[in-house]
Amino acid sequence: MIPWAQMAPTITVWVAAFLTLCVFSFLYKDNPFYRFAEHLFVGSAAGYLLAVQYQNVIIPNVWLPLTTGKPVTIGLTAIPLLLGLLMVARISPRFTGPARWAIAFYVGTYSGIAVTGYMQAQVLAQVADAVKPFPPGWGAVNAALGLIGLLTVIAYFFFSVPHKGVVGVGARVGIWFLMVAFGASFGYTVMARVSLLIARVQFLLRDWMHLIPMS
Amino acid sequence: MSLADRILRLDRRIIFILVALGTALPLLVPVNLPITVTPRVEAAYDTIDQLPAGSTVLFSLDYEPDVSAELQPMTVAIMRHCFRKNFKVVALTLYPAGPGLVEPAIRIAAEAEHKVRNKDYAFLGYKSGFQTVMIGMGESIRSQFPVDFYGTPLDSIPVMRGIRNYGEIALLVNLTASSAADYWIQFAVGRYRKPMVLGATAVMATDYYPYLSSKQLLGLIGGMKGAAEYEKRMDLFGDARRGMDAQSLVHVIVTLLVILGNVALFASRRGTGTR
Repeated sequence: MIPWAQMAPTITVWVAAFLTLCVFSFLYKDNPFYRFAEHLFVGSAAGYLLAVQYQNVIIPNVWLPLTTGKPVTIGLTAIPLLLGLLMVARISPRFTGPARWAIAFYVGTYSGIAVTGYMQAQVLAQVADAVKPFPPGWGAVNAALGLIGLLTVIAYFFFSVPHKGVVGVGARVGIWFLMVAFGASFGYTVMARVSLLIARVQFLLRDWMHLIPMS
Repeated sequence: MSLADRILRLDRRIIFILVALGTALPLLVPVNLPITVTPRVEAAYDTIDQLPAGSTVLFSLDYEPDVSAELQPMTVAIMRHCFRKNFKVVALTLYPAGPGLVEPAIRIAAEAEHKVRNKDYAFLGYKSGFQTVMIGMGESIRSQFPVDFYGTPLDSIPVMRGIRNYGEIALLVNLTASSAADYWIQFAVGRYRKPMVLGATAVMATDYYPYLSSKQLLGLIGGMKGAAEYEKRMDLFGDARRGMDAQSLVHVIVTLLVILGNVALFASRRGTGTR
């Protein structure tokens, strides 16, 4: 009799291959195999997520401090627990008002954390880079293109003045920059989607059918 | 019905078959098309390669199975680079489904470079809460991860000895398909001034080019192509390089179909006199 430990990887590969083919079968047309795989994925993903969050969030952050902590720890745990319960309590119309307290606390805290980080990393550092002196050589051409792109795209999205004259020309140039950016982004997106297909086909040909060598 | 009309009415399943063949044939019969290493990947490689001996590299591997095709080969290649340089590697994930992918990737890289868990590397596992974890680690890594993925207290792990917070981390490597990269840039780079290398999915790679220019990122590895470039730079032949022939052939097929479709559309309109 073959031990379970030896059979498990083979069974796992066969189950994964079967589910992959079930999903691919949608390319022919919608069918029960595809819907079976789709529902199985949704259910198992939700169950997995719930189990992981229970083990990684509820148990260490709520259950253990409440059951084994000192009075101070219990008190400090009870406050966020109460706020969390208030968020859930809004399912009852009576508690809609108190539920907003928790949301207000969350929004306020998050804003305080995010605003400074965002301003520093996403605004100030980027503006500083956009207005720095041009480097020598071909780098100056790149930097100039970047600066022209920045100004013209801003002109395109600046709706407080009519897009006529200099602003109009700038906005039209800005559209070209945007189109090039969208094209590059779409090209990358095609590559990403093809990569996902390649990985699945690699799995089927290598791990399941053993037609290509293992890494 | 004209040829142009026939092309425009082509059954889409024929296109699926063409793409399937374009994917499978190069995997079965590889031709090993040349791969050029771009400056962005070269910069990422050089950043890691030039770290001082004994440095600690923090990996935040924030991805799930949907993008593992692009990021898993990247993880293995970069981690093997760090192991070859004898750096201390500390890895974590901020995604609940991450450990199932990250743990085997680290094991594959470590076994290939003959490295031992807890002595050469540590896997801290998953922790919920993006920003709070990142900020918390700036104060104390142990406050966020008292034990590692396997339940071992961090104080009992030799490779974690002396590593308290970002102060002891030489470089942050974030491989992600989400806004986790933005948060790492905000907190680890912006607030704690840590150098960072980003490995991103191809979809999001272009969004992060501005951070390269501003030196908030020291290197950017985008998608399977980026992973293949890193493998080439490492002189490895992993899943990413193996997949690039198929990637190229499918791109050719897609491009030809786009051109064919447009030519057929123009020809059809000219035939009916519409614009």
